[in-house]
Amino acid sequence: MNPTSFLTRAIGGLCGAAFALGATGAFAATELTVYTAIEADDLKRYAEEFNKVHPDIEIKWVRDSTGIVTAKLLAEKENPQADIVWGLAATSLMLLKAEGMTEPYNPAGADKLNKRFVDTDSPMHWTGMDAWVAAICVNTIEAEKNNLPMPTTWKDLIDPVYKGHVVMPNPNSSGTGFLDVSSWLQLYGEEGGWEFMDALHENIAWYTHSGSKPCRQAGAGEAPIGISFAYRGAKVKAQGAPIEIVIPSEGAGWDMEATAIIKGTDNLDAAKKLADFSVSKEANVMYNTVYAVVAYPGVAQPVEHYPSNIDELMIDNDFGFAASNRERILKEWQSRYDSKSEPQG
Amino acid sequence: MAANAQSLSEAIVKPRLSRDDWIMRASMIVIGAFLLVAVVLPLYSMMSKSMENKDGAFIGLANFYEYFSTPSLFLSGVNSLWVAALVTVIVLVTAFVYAYALTRTCMPFKWFFRLVAVIPLLAPSLLSGISLVYWFGNQGVAKELLMGESIYGPIGIVIGSAYWVFPHALMIVITALSITDARLYEAAAALRTSAIRTFFTVTLPGCKYGLISAGFVVFILVFTDFGVPKVIGGNFNMLATDIYKQVIGQQNFQMGAVVSVVLLVPAVIAFGVDRLVQKKQVALLSARAVPLEPKPNRRVDMLMLAFCSFVALLILLMIGMAQYAAIIKFWPYNLTLTLHNYNFDLANGGGWDAYFNSVKMATYTAVFGTLIVFFGAYLVEKGRGFNVGRNVFHGFAMLPLAVPGMVLGLSYIFFFNNPSNPFNFIYGTMIILVVSTVAHFYTVSHLTAVTALKQMDAEFESVAASLKTPFYKTFLKVTVPVCLPATMDIFIYLFLNAMTTVSAVVFIYSTDTQLASVAVLNMDDQGELSFAAAMAMMIAYTCAGARLLHLLLTRGVMRSSQAWRQR
Repeated sequence: MNPTSFLTRAIGGLCGAAFALGATGAFAATELTVYTAIEADDLKRYAEEFNKVHPDIEIKWVRDSTGIVTAKLLAEKENPQADIVWGLAATSLMLLKAEGMTEPYNPAGADKLNKRFVDTDSPMHWTGMDAWVAAICVNTIEAEKNNLPMPTTWKDLIDPVYKGHVVMPNPNSSGTGFLDVSSWLQLYGEEGGWEFMDALHENIAWYTHSGSKPCRQAGAGEAPIGISFAYRGAKVKAQGAPIEIVIPSEGAGWDMEATAIIKGTDNLDAAKKLADFSVSKEANVMYNTVYAVVAYPGVAQPVEHYPSNIDELMIDNDFGFAASNRERILKEWQSRYDSKSEPQG
Repeated sequence: MAANAQSLSEAIVKPRLSRDDWIMRASMIVIGAFLLVAVVLPLYSMMSKSMENKDGAFIGLANFYEYFSTPSLFLSGVNSLWVAALVTVIVLVTAFVYAYALTRTCMPFKWFFRLVAVIPLLAPSLLSGISLVYWFGNQGVAKELLMGESIYGPIGIVIGSAYWVFPHALMIVITALSITDARLYEAAAALRTSAIRTFFTVTLPGCKYGLISAGFVVFILVFTDFGVPKVIGGNFNMLATDIYKQVIGQQNFQMGAVVSVVLLVPAVIAFGVDRLVQKKQVALLSARAVPLEPKPNRRVDMLMLAFCSFVALLILLMIGMAQYAAIIKFWPYNLTLTLHNYNFDLANGGGWDAYFNSVKMATYTAVFGTLIVFFGAYLVEKGRGFNVGRNVFHGFAMLPLAVPGMVLGLSYIFFFNNPSNPFNFIYGTMIILVVSTVAHFYTVSHLTAVTALKQMDAEFESVAASLKTPFYKTFLKVTVPVCLPATMDIFIYLFLNAMTTVSAVVFIYSTDTQLASVAVLNMDDQGELSFAAAMAMMIAYTCAGARLLHLLLTRGVMRSSQAWRQR
């Protein structure tokens, strides 16, 4: 047998095998690589719901924390591996949009979503799913031990009584940390915001890398008070931690989980189907099982352990401000608070 | 070209290069090319990245200027330096006394202390950080011992780092103390030299190079580790955590590359100085040397027993707490025991898949790594001619020791995720993890192999050559069996390190190739400390099992194929 004929036969054989594989898994025709930061325990449920509508598309999840997924997407810019992003911070997707990495597309039914949950461009580069809202987790047992009053506002937290008892995420590594900082700057203005953070810094025990950790640490009593987000608070409370979830009455910063198709995907049709699904009513009902605020109006039912007033307390978030000033804000934050690295007892 | 000139001049001496020579040269070039792709080129692409702006244009040293003018980043460098220096002093002193007790006294239970001392090698460095949180954190059981100081910060980093680097230092110091000539002590005794004077004039000078070596190893390990500061560092910034924050938190790859280069500098200097110092080492062990047999001395032996017991107790308390944390339901409010924390699929950061991936990755690394390293060392040590090639190869093989894992990992993103790179296809697969891990731990494996090969008389090769036996036959039938214990050591070294490494793989794993050690990191990041402890313990059980298997196999091999070593 000469080499060329061997090669053609081998290729033919491989194609045949691939075809046979495709035929046996009758439905799993398209494999879609989906990048996400959705919590691990929700992934399976989301894929199952999607497959009820589109059994012919198989989701291959690539899951990591918000920061890592964003870094990965940017690192792979020249050679994107993802077909679509489903469940990543909208501010991260705005960053990708600015880098020209997102495919504009109006998902069918996106016009029904709450306007503050969708991209203002048309066609849209991203569409929102649900909101994740800043919250304060307070460990009631430790608070009592240390004689700490229950905080109800952000400004309460700068009271010297809380010195060394508050933990918050470092905005340089955590999306939650950044939404806190950007919300304070929007609430109190540029000057007032930094003044507030200067005072808050005096009370901070340490800054964490992730947005979940402060609430988990509050839950475990490692720190009495953790600045985190409501979703995490509800989960930690459901685990049996002695915590109270407070949404500060001045209003809370928030970001949303959102969907965007990655430009240059080989599976554009399948990606569009997933984008369509992600804005549908069924999908929003599904998000609502763990998130109290979702993009589809009228869907949201109260979720256990969530504060009931969460919807009203979400600030009128200016995402444009947050995205365009991100680098400047982070630099300023770093020079003010990151260089004082001595831990405070 | 020098290589050509070399082969030409050889061609004059030898009528022609034999087939053997060609095969050897070709193999060396293949393995050399592996190191070129796995170490040298990625590092080059990282260096060039550190001189680019976000759009990829060359901007010279502007990034470095920005780095050094940012006070918080500069401070991290200072912090890294003094913490690493402090840990080095603590660990050197402890390791020296411990090793002295093991090698130079008649302290009882030596086998036990040897066993306990390797425990820190079995788990990622993160484990000590996790354990410290449970001991001294705000809900820690022994919090009062710190007298109001916080464990989150330099105190925690120093304790945690000292724990995990201890066995690394100990092994080197033990080796240094084992090589000595009893006649020196006999002479000292004959001259009625006091014990203290003997210690300072005979013992210390005898092992000074070992101590220096151990010092550099500890310094580099602590300076470049990010597991411990990540978990227990609080607001205390260090260079290694800065890279992570720059890249993962801010997606600032250029600044990450700059910090990497800064991180590389002291490591390279320390490495270079160590090489220079080692060259001055003269053989203590001449053919006429008499091995030193320690004599019982009740007072010293008991003192040493107390000291070693104390150190061993600290090690056991550290790993013991991690195990306890792994089976507690909800610290500190519900202390019932549970296996719930081993249900990794419920935690963010990687489920059981991650664990099995790690075992797979460690196995591949050990198998392929041992093959490549041993054959490469053989070519360097036993090859004939082609000196330029052999020296270049040896240089490549020494380089990874000076490259911190994080730096290597980051450079892999830059190098392998470039679509124009022909090796781009390995990005995001198991292959890239294996390649990076083999590269990361190449040097020590290489040196182990070289040492074993040096012990073999060159006559074997000469005789084989004169009998016209092809070199690969000699290699397979003589060299490999003789060096079997050393290859097994390399195998286990690569396996343990692949199981526990975080720094090199944290930037290049993908979802299909999640690893247990990275899962520990991610779980801690999310605040799921009990899951993190459980996963770290899974790694520890696996490594302990592998180690035990290695011990049994080595004994078997020693009995069956190494009988010739006995007189």
